[in-house]
Amino acid sequence: MAETSKSLQAKEKRGPLSVAEQIDQGPTFTPDVDIFETDGNIVVVADMPGVTPENIDIDLRENTLTLSGKVSSPEGPDEVDILREYETGTYFRQFTLSEMIDQPHIDAKMTDGVLRLTLPKVKPVEPRKVKVKAE
Amino acid sequence: MYYKGGRAMIIKNSLDNLSRWRWDDTFEELERMRLEIERLYQYPAMKLFRGHSSGVFPAINITEENDIYYLRAELPGIKADDLGLSIANNTVTIEGERKSDPEDENTKYHRRERDAGRFSRKITLPAQIDESKADAKCSNGILTIVLPKAESAKPKKIAITAV
Repeated sequence: MAETSKSLQAKEKRGPLSVAEQIDQGPTFTPDVDIFETDGNIVVVADMPGVTPENIDIDLRENTLTLSGKVSSPEGPDEVDILREYETGTYFRQFTLSEMIDQPHIDAKMTDGVLRLTLPKVKPVEPRKVKVKAE
Repeated sequence: MYYKGGRAMIIKNSLDNLSRWRWDDTFEELERMRLEIERLYQYPAMKLFRGHSSGVFPAINITEENDIYYLRAELPGIKADDLGLSIANNTVTIEGERKSDPEDENTKYHRRERDAGRFSRKITLPAQIDESKADAKCSNGILTIVLPKAESAKPKKIAITAV
């Protein structure tokens, strides 16, 4: 879809998707995600720059997947702003998973501020014939 | 059309109670329009025009401390090898390419929000930079460039002699 010769446009960081989501102090942002499906997995890739693997919280309960990443302000206390084009804050996004995910085997990797979640799809149960024993 | 009629009505019935109702009615419509426009501002499309970013990728923050400039940019998924950085006098040029991850042929996209492509941005700083002391780090998708001011740009104290 995107050719590599196209040049990138700056995007404003998106605020929380709903007002109910602002639980932490400081601004909350919605990370951009790509969601795609391969043969055996659903993959979620989320842009969360400034989040280290230790600061990320992936929560899965009742088919709701919650991604939450804290970003500490990188500026020192004595630094004076000259130009400010983006704010830093917590990243938060929630997804509803279908029951077709093998939840105990979800894999998460974080590199260069990008989280890659691999959600394996449950293999459909093969139809089986049940043998009847004669008593 | 409505407002022109409204104004004419106001002039005609200026002392009438009815005219007050007309005046409020006009304002009510304006108020509704204002709320509608404000609601439009919620949409991400409108936000693109309103943002204080110059619209060029990447968005940067520049801060200063003790004669050193710190320039930070959020570049998720971009490794140090994909970036080119050059400094001349008081300008910094950041350029590079954000590649999309190569995926299998039979992947179906359900959602695609992350962009890929080339970028190039030239930033002019308020003072000259000492390039030999500049340093750049890229970690967790955040690029931090430390740019100390050149000696000639640092403020010098001038002694005042009392005569």
